[in-house]
Amino acid sequence: MGFEFNRETFRDDFTFRNSARAIKRFPFPFPEDNYMYSVNMEPHVPGAKGSVFEHLFDVDEHYLAEMHDRALVLKEDPLRCQSLPHMTLAGWDLLELIMVSKARDYPEWFSLTRDGNQWHWINRPMQIEQKFTFLDESTLPYGPMEYITRQTQGDFTLQDQRENNLWLDAGMVTTQADWSMDFDVGMGFHEWHAPVPLAHQMGVFDRALKFLLNLQLGAPVRRFNWTMTIDPLLDTSPETYPKWGPSRTTLTQENMGNRMHLRVELQTLHRLPRSNAIVFPIRAYLIKFEELVSVPKWGRRLHRVVRDLHPDLAAYKGFLRNRDLMANWLSQYDDGKPTSPGWLADPE
Amino acid sequence: MSVGAPKIPVTVAEVVDVNALIKRFRFVRSDGGALPTFSGGAHIVVDMDDNGTRRLNPYSLMGDPADTSGYEISVRRDDQGRGGSLFLHRQVKPGMQMQIGQPVNLFPLDLRARKHLMIAGGIGITPFIAQMAQLAARGERFELHYAARNRALGAYMDDLARRHGGRVRLYLDEEGHAIDLKGLLSNQALGTHLYVCGPKPMLNWVLTTARAMGWPDGAVHSEEFLAPPVGKAFDVRLQASGLTIRVEGNQSLLEAIEKAGVEAPYLCRGGACGQCETEILKCDGEILHNDHWLTAEQKASGCAIMPCVSRFQGKMLVLNR
Repeated sequence: MGFEFNRETFRDDFTFRNSARAIKRFPFPFPEDNYMYSVNMEPHVPGAKGSVFEHLFDVDEHYLAEMHDRALVLKEDPLRCQSLPHMTLAGWDLLELIMVSKARDYPEWFSLTRDGNQWHWINRPMQIEQKFTFLDESTLPYGPMEYITRQTQGDFTLQDQRENNLWLDAGMVTTQADWSMDFDVGMGFHEWHAPVPLAHQMGVFDRALKFLLNLQLGAPVRRFNWTMTIDPLLDTSPETYPKWGPSRTTLTQENMGNRMHLRVELQTLHRLPRSNAIVFPIRAYLIKFEELVSVPKWGRRLHRVVRDLHPDLAAYKGFLRNRDLMANWLSQYDDGKPTSPGWLADPE
Repeated sequence: MSVGAPKIPVTVAEVVDVNALIKRFRFVRSDGGALPTFSGGAHIVVDMDDNGTRRLNPYSLMGDPADTSGYEISVRRDDQGRGGSLFLHRQVKPGMQMQIGQPVNLFPLDLRARKHLMIAGGIGITPFIAQMAQLAARGERFELHYAARNRALGAYMDDLARRHGGRVRLYLDEEGHAIDLKGLLSNQALGTHLYVCGPKPMLNWVLTTARAMGWPDGAVHSEEFLAPPVGKAFDVRLQASGLTIRVEGNQSLLEAIEKAGVEAPYLCRGGACGQCETEILKCDGEILHNDHWLTAEQKASGCAIMPCVSRFQGKMLVLNR
């Protein structure tokens, strides 16, 4: 694949970093110099070779380190992974979707052999080999959703569809931007989005729900979301807030470039065939400010977005108190020149 | 567009006379591949070229959802209808190439249910056949009460009784059988979900009775596809496209929009899913709402129309399409 898996950490000594390849393919989320909510969904169709859109589920250089971090989080707090009893079938749907996709897209790493319901899965990077009976939970070491999401980057939620609503009835959530699976499990669409400012009044969630209720099999969609994270911490959860919340008071101009990270979530939505549920993979990509400004267009644009963001959004995303400090640091990389439309870096 | 997912080219593998009114069709992928797995209760839209008239009709999938080698539908001949069922009955033969949409489920099982109680009338049996196959494979609890005019018209009765034994009860109108609905509904364990699919009078009877007996709305599920009604011809202005089109009496507004080359979203084409909802910009006349989607208030306000089944009569209608 032209790269190796990094040996790195997302805690303690924080050795996480992006290679030049990873910076180049980073999904910079701002098509313009400003940001406001929109129902910014587009078909999740394969993108350019080497991009994060090339395959349905992107596997990158952080794969093994992220899976190790997930295992550590689950060991401390098993409630990060929950599945209400009626969601087991959706878990099987998800397992099938991921195994089939990865074996097709990364044959040198993953292999799936199927003889009726007798399945044989090999995950070479993680050194896992498993023979099991599809749809028989007793033949796997975990439930189907937990089994496959311990081997797949990104958080996952499974939404049951009934009564013209979506219900957050299962999920594996260990790399989240300050929300809790344990708190949200069982909630309806408007309930779990309740903390989001401004968007409700804009009607964003009514439109989004209506769109999602008719999401079709074979036609997944995607959107971006983003926030800021101090230190490359994947697990910024409410449960561990005392561990990471105080870091907001320790930022300086000197450590900003290394410690402040733009966190981009590539969110996709797929209808699942047997359960009629919807899976919502939330794939987080982190990039240090000092890595990000190596792309001149991104440095200019991020400065303008951070400087001009509505204060309610800066507060919701947790960086209102540091916004001026961040904008000040980023301003070194904004020469005031116009930026080209779209999020792609300009050719050099 | 039909919201993204590409249509599937299929070959008609089998046409079976089930009884005097019903034929069963089996489709396999023309490229020999597997069809998408689906969930019990799902339907497909079958794309028909009836001598130059394009017909897109929804039919419930009745095979085992785990079987991806082919899709089966059963079609009841409607001699008074607009022609889709007659086309399937008279023109469609094994070996024909056709196109179908991806499966869509507007009548899904509620997987929280401790027990699934199903009531079917006539051709309304088809989604339940798929659902029972799915439930039986997972070892779930279910019970079907299936009514038909007589044994000859009770499609799949014997087959279902053989497959599911005592979990299937049959009722033949001409032999004086009747479902004891009140008795049935008063005698269910907590966590039971009720499903009904069949002719409109049966649907109304079951839904009204269940509600009167205190069944929560969330535990009662029904599916009724409306065939677009035949009516009088009318003209419509499509503002965004800059076109004025005529909707013929035996044509739906959606079909007329499509025929004019204007892309319009749809899923069920039966007034149930809401996908084709279209904004009304001006209306001097009466919208004949025939759908299950818009609320009574929305219908009264005249802000939107469902072009798959609803019509218009009056002087002028302008749509944002």
